[in-house]
Amino acid sequence: MPRYTFKEFKSDQEVRWCPGCGDHGVLAALQRALPDVTEALGYNKERYVIVSGIGCSSRLPYYMNTYGFHSIHGRATAISTGIKVANPDLTVWQACGDGDALAIGGNHFIHAIRRNVDINIILFNNQIYGLTKGQYSPTSRFGAISKTSPYGTVEHPFNPGSLVLGAKGTFFARSLDSELKLTSEIMLSAAKHDGCSVMEVLTNCVIFNDGAHKLIADREVRADRTIILRHGEKMIFGKNRDKGIVLDGMGLRVVTIGENGITEDDILVHDAHSENVGIHMMLADMKYPEFPVALGIIRDVKDVTYDDGVRDQVAEVKAKSKIQCVDDLLRSGSTWEVK
Amino acid sequence: MQHKVIDTKDVVIRFAGDSGDGMQLTGSLFADMSAIFGNELSTFPDYPAEIRAPHGTVSGVSGFQVHIGSEHITTPGDFCDLLVAMNPAALKANAKWLKRTAMVLIDSDTFDDAGLARAGFEGDPIAEMHIEDRTIIVAPITTLTHESLKDSGLDKKTIEKCKNMFTLGMACYIYNRPMEYIFQYLERKFGKKKPQLVEPNKKVLKDGFNYAANIQAIANTYSIEPADQPKGLYRNINGNQATAWGLLAAAEKANLPLFCGSYPITPATGILEELAIHKSLGAKTLQAEDEIAGICTAIGAAFAGNLAVTTTSGPGLSLKSEAMGLAVMTELPLVIVDVQRAGPSTGIPTKTEQTDLNQALYGRNGECPMVVMAAHSPAGCFDAAFNAAKIAIEHMTPVLLLTEGFLGNGSEPWLIPSMKDYPKIVPPFVQPNVPYKPFHRDPETLARKWAVPGMAGCEHRVGGLEKNHDGVISSDPQNHEMMVRERMEKVQRVANYIPELQVNGPEKGKLLVVGWGGTYGHLLSAVQEARAEGIDVSFAHFDYILPLPKNTEEVLGNFDRILVCELNSGHFVNYLRGVLPQYKYEQFNKVQGQPFLVQEIVAAIKENL
Repeated sequence: MPRYTFKEFKSDQEVRWCPGCGDHGVLAALQRALPDVTEALGYNKERYVIVSGIGCSSRLPYYMNTYGFHSIHGRATAISTGIKVANPDLTVWQACGDGDALAIGGNHFIHAIRRNVDINIILFNNQIYGLTKGQYSPTSRFGAISKTSPYGTVEHPFNPGSLVLGAKGTFFARSLDSELKLTSEIMLSAAKHDGCSVMEVLTNCVIFNDGAHKLIADREVRADRTIILRHGEKMIFGKNRDKGIVLDGMGLRVVTIGENGITEDDILVHDAHSENVGIHMMLADMKYPEFPVALGIIRDVKDVTYDDGVRDQVAEVKAKSKIQCVDDLLRSGSTWEVK
Repeated sequence: MQHKVIDTKDVVIRFAGDSGDGMQLTGSLFADMSAIFGNELSTFPDYPAEIRAPHGTVSGVSGFQVHIGSEHITTPGDFCDLLVAMNPAALKANAKWLKRTAMVLIDSDTFDDAGLARAGFEGDPIAEMHIEDRTIIVAPITTLTHESLKDSGLDKKTIEKCKNMFTLGMACYIYNRPMEYIFQYLERKFGKKKPQLVEPNKKVLKDGFNYAANIQAIANTYSIEPADQPKGLYRNINGNQATAWGLLAAAEKANLPLFCGSYPITPATGILEELAIHKSLGAKTLQAEDEIAGICTAIGAAFAGNLAVTTTSGPGLSLKSEAMGLAVMTELPLVIVDVQRAGPSTGIPTKTEQTDLNQALYGRNGECPMVVMAAHSPAGCFDAAFNAAKIAIEHMTPVLLLTEGFLGNGSEPWLIPSMKDYPKIVPPFVQPNVPYKPFHRDPETLARKWAVPGMAGCEHRVGGLEKNHDGVISSDPQNHEMMVRERMEKVQRVANYIPELQVNGPEKGKLLVVGWGGTYGHLLSAVQEARAEGIDVSFAHFDYILPLPKNTEEVLGNFDRILVCELNSGHFVNYLRGVLPQYKYEQFNKVQGQPFLVQEIVAAIKENL
């Protein structure tokens, strides 16, 4: 098995995203993650297929030197599903945006998650339609000003995390475009996860929605306003690693270690593998300023996958059935002979 | 009264009742039994969209017409020799289909005041329908069924459900049908799961038969001799089943796994259901979250190297349009089956039409050609589906196969073919170790090569954006026009690989009747009937619409006038006017959600002489 480097995953196509676009960070993370994935799982490069819909982020397949399918708006998840079910030996990655996956493609998105198709979905969330030059998206905050909401939106946004978990998602993680290492790490875990993995990356659109995630993503404040969750580790965050999350009644609460008698022992330990979705839902829903925004792998649980189910059922029926070829089929059931 | 058995060439029987009365089953059993007896036949289920419409109303009437004969049968028949009306509504809905010499068998128990009122009769239903001159057989079928089964131990509701067997028994007497097949059917159906139902059903059937023999109302019975059919093994098959099997056959011949992504829709669902059964042949079926996901999962499967299929009906085809364009652009093999129904919008979902042809030809954005073909009979759906898949794979193009509700639900006996008589299907897979450029084309077919993920060294990207031959995105004006022309030319060149158009009748003459799709049987019957009357008329039927068979111009040029008959407002005739404008076309159209009547076509032929 050859050891690949990121260079083998780079295509010869010129990357045409705007300078400073957050998508560059996701592409770099993927090109860095795939050699590790390949090594960890013993894959060949030719088994990767990268699928996308329409939007800025959906250009990604052209920049990867793998099999790729740049499809139509919203439909990437359906195409990925078809590829994976048709040939479960392939490793399917998908790039899609918040408008692509959650508006026009919302139906395919939730159903792929519900079925637990073993695909890896990277959801670029910049809270705006970039390629059509600046209209609000289903993740734009309530009141967001855009070209189609000049007086502010009057609709509530989706939180992709709660949507994924509500659809019985088995893997959900979140990262920032600038957290290259974390994003790559999540990608490796997503690849290892047998089932539908959704990785939301909060990306910045420098042209139409610059600073959408600034409140939490700026270097100076990031440590205090985000928390990187790691399975088995305490939910501690902050520049001084002195803040933590505790369970308070039916909800979560932020505490400071050393204040009001709080010690590290009181802080929750993250269990990404817990079947119980309740706490994952609360973690995915945490919003600044009340909470830090959760990054890292929020949920990673095992369940049967759709593509395995389809393949196994075919094998099972084949083993039992008397009909092994079309000639058998044509002669099955009620027939009669004309002599 | 002297009882006579009259030999007859063919009869048409229409079973009609409430949509819960089991008329589809009764009709199917009568048809199957006749097929095994050796008759030729054709069936036409005519049922409402509602699963259980209001009891006893005209809107809830479900009908099943079967035409059996000792000679070649090509249609389910225009008018019937026997109408079985299980209630007043069934009589009201179907009296118009009675021949002048017809018999009507009615269940008098249902013709009470309430029943008549529900059907909207004000007085004597026979007089209101003006059928006093027909032979009306009045039988208290419900009462007799209860009487027959009073000692069976079955409850009242179950007994009630057996009255269709009583009726079937009566029909068996009238047409001298051997009932063994039905006995075997009952044993197969109930033997293991509900053995207590086998004997009561047999008893009711026999009691119905004996009742018909004993009453004086039935003067004559009829005998329809077995037809002189080619030797071999036969089965009954409906169009949806044949479509599914044709696709399975193509997958086997291409040595590819079959993938079908579909969303349930009347009247196409039967194909998805049929494929779902046959996992033993490797068929993967995905019941998608919507029509768009149906085609998009199929496109994904095609990219991954499967024989990919999506099945639908008109409204679903509308939803798939954008993705069909993607399949054209990515030049992937894909079979799209549209079982047409009456539109627009939801229309009349259970009724048949040919109104999707314009959509099939023109219903996409951009210059977006794909192969469009049609099936012409229920069993013919097998070959049509096989050929659609063969063309899709070998020419790397989506193929749209049009069938119709009339074909999908209609059935006919089929001489079972052998797969050794079918051609191989050769997917144009890329050769190993040859540098791969996705849109380099075969010089003969213009098909591109197929490189499937997993093949080392062939990594490439496809998508909806225009590309050049090397697969690189291009918005160069000349390149775009060249690619547009090549995609069109690729579809046109399929004409080099399909059969020529056949003419039934003289190859030269005054009038050529032209049709396509499921009207074949009616048009053929009508033309033969007209010729028997001495009329100079020939017939050409199109299985391939885009491209047209190569000799189309030559065939049409041999006739003074061309009469194009279709179940729409003139889609095909207008297409021909565009492609071959030098000929004079007349048109005969019907848009009623119903098949043609042979007599309508004969009349149209006479008008166009």
